[in-house]
Amino acid sequence: MKQIFVILVSAILVDNFVLSKFLGCCPFLGVSKKMDSALGMSGAVIFVMALASAATWPIQHYLLEEMNLEYMNTLVFILVIAALVQLVEIILKRYIPSLHKALGIYLPLITTNCAVLGVTMLNVDNKYGFWESVVNGIGAGVGFMLALVLFAGVRRKLESCDVPKAFRGLPITLVAASLVSLSFMGFAGLAENMFK
Amino acid sequence: MAEQKKGGHLKNLTNGLLKENPVLRLVLGTCPTMAVTTMAANGLGMGIAATVVLIGSNLVISLLRNFIPKQVRIPAYITVIAGFVTMVQLIVKAFAPDLDKALGIFLPLIVVNCIILGRAEMFASKHGPLDSVLDGLGMGVGFTVVLVIMGSIREIIGSGTWFGIALTADLITPMGIMKLAPGGFFLFGCLMALANVITTRKTGKPAVGKMDGCAGCAGCANKEICGEVEKKEEGENR
Repeated sequence: MKQIFVILVSAILVDNFVLSKFLGCCPFLGVSKKMDSALGMSGAVIFVMALASAATWPIQHYLLEEMNLEYMNTLVFILVIAALVQLVEIILKRYIPSLHKALGIYLPLITTNCAVLGVTMLNVDNKYGFWESVVNGIGAGVGFMLALVLFAGVRRKLESCDVPKAFRGLPITLVAASLVSLSFMGFAGLAENMFK
Repeated sequence: MAEQKKGGHLKNLTNGLLKENPVLRLVLGTCPTMAVTTMAANGLGMGIAATVVLIGSNLVISLLRNFIPKQVRIPAYITVIAGFVTMVQLIVKAFAPDLDKALGIFLPLIVVNCIILGRAEMFASKHGPLDSVLDGLGMGVGFTVVLVIMGSIREIIGSGTWFGIALTADLITPMGIMKLAPGGFFLFGCLMALANVITTRKTGKPAVGKMDGCAGCAGCANKEICGEVEKKEEGENR
């Protein structure tokens, strides 16, 4: 139980996927202009990350490791994630149309999101068990949401700033991201020392 | 062969170096650019690995371009790319285990690097094998150059060394922040602003002033979908 809590806190705050691991920078920079789309995108990411962690764990342990094919996991995982995203889209469309309407357009974007493949790889690297993997997936997704929502607020302020000409657009956004990521460094060491 | 036909083929090679530099001009592959450039050597290793994958996948996709049905092209491209990435991963693990440790999960994550899928979609699926290989080589070298520059700056300021050789480490206390995440974002922003200044002076127009569509993922295979997201946002504004 303690272990699971540590994983959750470190995935959300300490090792935030976007701000300290540089995973999922594309959607972070692209979809953080508006609060609505930031929430929609990160909702879809949490959902897919949790599902992908749950789906790749049995594949890694019961299929690839049994057959000594661990080195194939990159190839297998990306295909599983692509198929999973398609499947989720079809199921949502059929059974929960309201959710599909909210998340629908963000789902296909997630297939080639490095954060989703990254979380499944990290689960394998860290030798997490099934529930640890799922919690890590959810935590990474929530951390992604936190970063996106915070940054959407920062960008709203940024729009009214007088920025030097060369820095307009993406450069100043990156500098702002640097400051947000600096603030997240304050969480360093939180997870290890929490239960002392 | 490339030299004989002058302009045509050679242009494909040089395009990626400056005019369409994948990182600074097309803004592709931002994640590995910032993540692995804590040291110049890591940047170089990542760049070479990505270049090998890019050349291989561009060649195979270009050869198969008439056989892959349009509807399933993205999964097909991803499978080809993942195959090459697995190969590179095994080679790096066998011959450069230190580099494998330094790059960590970013080595397998070359699969989802926008540069490679973007070039497959934008170039290799429309051109012959020779042009595609040259394009892959040019783009890969362009990527590598930016990674090495970023890695050098971060290593020199962040730990006072360059490719592991001590430069200013004894004279000035290194600013460790450059090696951490904030330094990566900051330096990338500054380099992009620099690229803006240079191209503005040359052409009068900024290079990456605006982000159109996705994250500035101009050549990303997801551009159409991103466009829909943008459209939805605009619709809500009205």
